[in-house]
Amino acid sequence: MTKINLNKLDPQFKNRVAEQPGGEGLKACFSCKACTAACPIQPLDKRYDPRKIIRMVLLGMKEQVLRSDFIWLCSSCYSCQEVCPQNVRFTEVMYAIKNLAAQEACIPPGLTAQRSLLRKHGRLYEVGEFENEKRLKFGLPPIVEHPEDFEKLLPDQPSSARLFNTADV
Amino acid sequence: MEALLYLGCTVPIRNLNYEVSARLTAKALGITFRDLEEFGCCGFPLKSLNVEDTLVTAARNLALAEREDLDICALCNACAGTLNEVAHQVRTRPEIREKINQRLRPIGLHVEGKVKVRNFMRLLWEEIGVEGIRKAVTRPLEGVMLAPHYGCHYLKPSELNVGFDSPETPRTLSEMISATGAEVVNYPSLLDCCGGGLLGMSEEVANAMAAHKLADVSKTGAHALVLVCPFCNVMYEGQQKKIAKATGLDLKTPVVYYPQVLGLALGMTSEQLGFKLNRIKPTSLLKMVEG
Repeated sequence: MTKINLNKLDPQFKNRVAEQPGGEGLKACFSCKACTAACPIQPLDKRYDPRKIIRMVLLGMKEQVLRSDFIWLCSSCYSCQEVCPQNVRFTEVMYAIKNLAAQEACIPPGLTAQRSLLRKHGRLYEVGEFENEKRLKFGLPPIVEHPEDFEKLLPDQPSSARLFNTADV
Repeated sequence: MEALLYLGCTVPIRNLNYEVSARLTAKALGITFRDLEEFGCCGFPLKSLNVEDTLVTAARNLALAEREDLDICALCNACAGTLNEVAHQVRTRPEIREKINQRLRPIGLHVEGKVKVRNFMRLLWEEIGVEGIRKAVTRPLEGVMLAPHYGCHYLKPSELNVGFDSPETPRTLSEMISATGAEVVNYPSLLDCCGGGLLGMSEEVANAMAAHKLADVSKTGAHALVLVCPFCNVMYEGQQKKIAKATGLDLKTPVVYYPQVLGLALGMTSEQLGFKLNRIKPTSLLKMVEG
């Protein structure tokens, strides 16, 4: 087990997570481990342990959490959230943690690419003649891209949308 | 009844069998789908990077639907879940609605939260009902054994599905399969997550998650695994060959969409229902039904 260096802990980290949309309620965790027991990822990759992640956040282990790759392993199945007796919305807490990691520029490359595509086409896949010809063969109407809205709607960078006061989302 | 058909990104490009069968069966049951060309991504893929971006991207679609004064029916579980969640926030949190509207203003849209969002199964369940489906069946799928897979965002978060189904003991898909005359096959890993959400992060973990259910279902002798979500389809159909190779399991479990089997029971042909796009052919199922 790695030792925790108390001097490197960030006591404000838990507050930052709790201020993110979905992060509120985090501090109610009493460490019963129901989330971990319900998590389908945990048996397959021990590094992804919901109870442990909450403890790390509460202790202020900011660097170890935000710079880790295991935080991106959540499948968003909501199993943890459904079983929590303290109403910690852990699936949403994970989004709060990942949003903070994105603000620190710790983003898996695939997600950045996906976002650029979405901003450019308004959808995850570019739609061309080939796709619409195939649709026509099945008697389906063509898909039309409306990219103009998305450039206005989504900022250049994933973390630069800060119109919301995060505390009230 | 009339609803706007929300296709999302994946279904209209990669799952035409789902789209075509959903449209045909809806029409046969008296549901009128209208298309809205301006619909875009639901916002789900942005949530890990920035929750606010998801809120405004989803709200754009909700605002477009409000302009038409029609409810939304989404085919993908993730789209339906995201749009439903954001519609709920817009309705119940005025301060969030106000801020979303600030960001929608530059594209000339405004959202009030008047539109109801349902997935296709919930629409069938609430508007047609199990009895309605049973009465419409002209060719009962006698002897066909089908294993249901609901998918996480069909059932959870449960607070968004009050009055529809239970995350622990779900029944809606199973009962709608029964209504076609087929036999519902139960298996231990019914509630398992497909793993699709992390395929891009760790293919190994994602495949291990899907493998469990595929192994269970293949043991039951079911003629097919019945899905309603294109993400689940990526795992159970798209990844099945790789999973079989990695695990050494002998897997050849056909994967079908619910409206495809419903369509068969309504007397439609496998060709009309896009079965030629199913990558693991449900040969024995089709033989039993079409001869």
